[in-house]
Amino acid sequence: MATSATVHAHAAPQGFIRKYIFSLDHKVIGIQYFFLALTAVWVGMFLSLLMRIHLVWPNAVLPLVGEIKPETYLSLLTMHGTIMVFFVLTTAPQGGFGNYFLPIQIGAPDMAFPVLNMLSFWTTFVAFVVMICAFFVTGGAPLHGWTGYAPLSALPSAGPGEGLGADLWITSIAIFCIASLMGALNFITTTLDLRAKGMTMMRMPLTVWSWFITAILGLLAFGVLLSAGILLLMDRNMGTSFYVPLVVVNGQIMGHRGGSPLLWQHLFWFFGHPEVYIAILPGMGVASQVLSTFSRKPIFGYKAMVYAMLAIGFFGFMVWGHHMFMSGMSPYSAFAFSILTMCIGVPSAIKTFNWLGTMYKGHIRFQTPMLYAIGFVSLFVSGGLSGPFLAQPVLDIQLHDTYFVVGHFHLIMGVAAIFGMFAATYYWFPKMFGRMMNEMWGRVHFFITLAGTYAIFMPMHYLGIAGGTRRYSQYTEVAYLQKLMPIHQFMTYAAIITIAAQFIFVINLFWSMFKGPKASDNPWEATTLEWTTTTPPPHDNFGGKTPVVNHGPYEYGVPGAPRDYVMQTDPATSSVH
Amino acid sequence: MGLALMALIWLITLASTYFFVAKTWWLPIGAAEAAHFIDGQLALTFVLMGIVFLAAQLSLGYIVWRYRQQPNSPPVNYSHGNTKLEIVWTVLTTVLFVGLNLMGSRVWASQRFDQAGPGAVQVEVTGMQFAWYFRYPGPDGKYGATSPKLMDPSAGGEAAVGLNTSDPAAKDDVVTGTMYLPVNREVDVSLRAVDVIHSFFVPSLRFKQDAVPGLNIHMHFTPTAVGEYEIACAELCGLGHYKMHGMVHVVSQEDFDKWIAAREAEKQ
Repeated sequence: MATSATVHAHAAPQGFIRKYIFSLDHKVIGIQYFFLALTAVWVGMFLSLLMRIHLVWPNAVLPLVGEIKPETYLSLLTMHGTIMVFFVLTTAPQGGFGNYFLPIQIGAPDMAFPVLNMLSFWTTFVAFVVMICAFFVTGGAPLHGWTGYAPLSALPSAGPGEGLGADLWITSIAIFCIASLMGALNFITTTLDLRAKGMTMMRMPLTVWSWFITAILGLLAFGVLLSAGILLLMDRNMGTSFYVPLVVVNGQIMGHRGGSPLLWQHLFWFFGHPEVYIAILPGMGVASQVLSTFSRKPIFGYKAMVYAMLAIGFFGFMVWGHHMFMSGMSPYSAFAFSILTMCIGVPSAIKTFNWLGTMYKGHIRFQTPMLYAIGFVSLFVSGGLSGPFLAQPVLDIQLHDTYFVVGHFHLIMGVAAIFGMFAATYYWFPKMFGRMMNEMWGRVHFFITLAGTYAIFMPMHYLGIAGGTRRYSQYTEVAYLQKLMPIHQFMTYAAIITIAAQFIFVINLFWSMFKGPKASDNPWEATTLEWTTTTPPPHDNFGGKTPVVNHGPYEYGVPGAPRDYVMQTDPATSSVH
Repeated sequence: MGLALMALIWLITLASTYFFVAKTWWLPIGAAEAAHFIDGQLALTFVLMGIVFLAAQLSLGYIVWRYRQQPNSPPVNYSHGNTKLEIVWTVLTTVLFVGLNLMGSRVWASQRFDQAGPGAVQVEVTGMQFAWYFRYPGPDGKYGATSPKLMDPSAGGEAAVGLNTSDPAAKDDVVTGTMYLPVNREVDVSLRAVDVIHSFFVPSLRFKQDAVPGLNIHMHFTPTAVGEYEIACAELCGLGHYKMHGMVHVVSQEDFDKWIAAREAEKQ
């Protein structure tokens, strides 16, 4: 393994363009992904702010944006969901932090295929630009939701935004799929081939395991979405009928015959459910890493954590039908999908149990990364426990397509995953940029964000139980929905405060990048390989030396050791794993 | 810091739980036979998940505060885990989750595996951007033919669903924009959509089912209380999704017979 690592080494580039723009260095590419996702998350968050304002003040005329019409609202929700899922939740944890830290944590000088790595970033970038273009074409962005259910998404005449905007939307996703496939190949190969001497699979940090499993999920899932997207483009532009039967829109008979709207749903969710785990697995990895480091204790049940992630990945491909209990799919298959969905809750429960076990009888240090990891666990529990409601088809009769679902997935794959990213940012920022972030403002940011996200997303469950349908631009037309408006008002106020608090994070981020105190090589007294090299790491990560690994990743509080932690590269002793 | 974090986590947990227990916002009162089972299963799930929620969040808060690093903290418990505990935990959650699911599945099977009985009231529900139409087969008990070529949504009524009036079976078909149902009689609904997917959601009747172009989906339910219940579309269907609204009037059998007779009379 060490020999193949040397084969892939390349000389440090000199010019600005090769160094910072079309760089082959996984660290630069990781930072590029990070900033792309940071841009995307502000766009996505701004869209959600407009939605929240429109829900409560439907006639407000906003500066720059003007009046929000029902179709504008649907465009906002489509683009919010799409941008957040693809360009934030998939891009930052995997493309950003995974790219930067996977090679370093396994002791490799770079990714296995640096050119492919550069290509996958720039392809993602193109996909983002194409997506944003959908706002500016005639008819605007599509209104079919991030799930793009056919026939609505397949018929240009079915609504405003379903013309060129929808074509751009599908094209962008197809490009994104190609980028993700390239990235996934690279991650898998790197993990399998480029581990340093002594870095056995069972000595890999849980972050590496999470990126590795996420890459496998991506490899299997994005190919299906890519094919589904191409078929949808053909239905729209080439007269095929994969997803559309004979339909009559506004009294006009469309040319399609014999297609199946449910086919799109099957293909989409075959990708869509693993995508949930693509978003959350890296967060689980980061939470494990941070909880162990800041509790000064080995992770509780390392092997159980690995097996749980593998089980989640495995079951993740067998539960897509739980999105379709009300779709007209056979009620017998609902039975099978529902049991399998309950099974996927078991490894998730194991992980929670082990996180609590890690902190139990530890020496908890409350630096900002730890606060976010603890917040992650809390959100993961809250978001996870609404899963067994939605996994039961009989409860979906009431809850499907209500805000209960919106609350569920925002807590777990939205903000829990984002808390994972915040933990990762505060934790690895010193290594990436050579300086420390401000602790005091980090804490302020954390407390407002944790309280705020609960204030936004917990009430959605109450709304959903009361029958509050999702994707409604206004609650004015249905009498029982009008009574639920106070919940919407509360959530909007909470959203405004929480969004405002994110400025604290961005200011802290950029200010610390230039003005923060210099970081040492190992400011958190952590054990994994990225903390053995200089801050920031040199071009080849370890300055010409190849690390040799003697220990497991989370050796904290080792009795008899000179410090309270043993780094992975410390000389082998008999007392440590 | 540990104390502040514990306080916040506990506060969030208790506040969240309060609104579930107080039922400040809750299901509308059930007006269908299935409501009893569905509400029971929902309550059971709430109790079980609520216990897990409270146990996990409260212990998270407590652990965070109790094991904060202090100058006189005892050495940490150097442990890599406990296989016996992992197994116990795994078995417990599996039993809880799968058991809960199996209980719910009985109800699901009764709702969706069986067809409507022979005496059920026949109603066809058609969704289109952005209205619901209801068709009753009339005294002959047979729906007349419809044709996409005849569909004219702007005309409403029979023309909207494309009823072929030259078909003898269509002569006595009644098409309306409001659904009337007799109380305590099973309803056999046949769901169709002409353009995109819609979803027929009547919260009070504990009923939801997508209406999908190209499919004719049969469902059944039994309303048990006279009253007026709102229909909301529950599948994103375009810009008018939020106002694709309708009403179900559940009336006595007598009133239903009168109502349908009056509609038949209007047709002649």
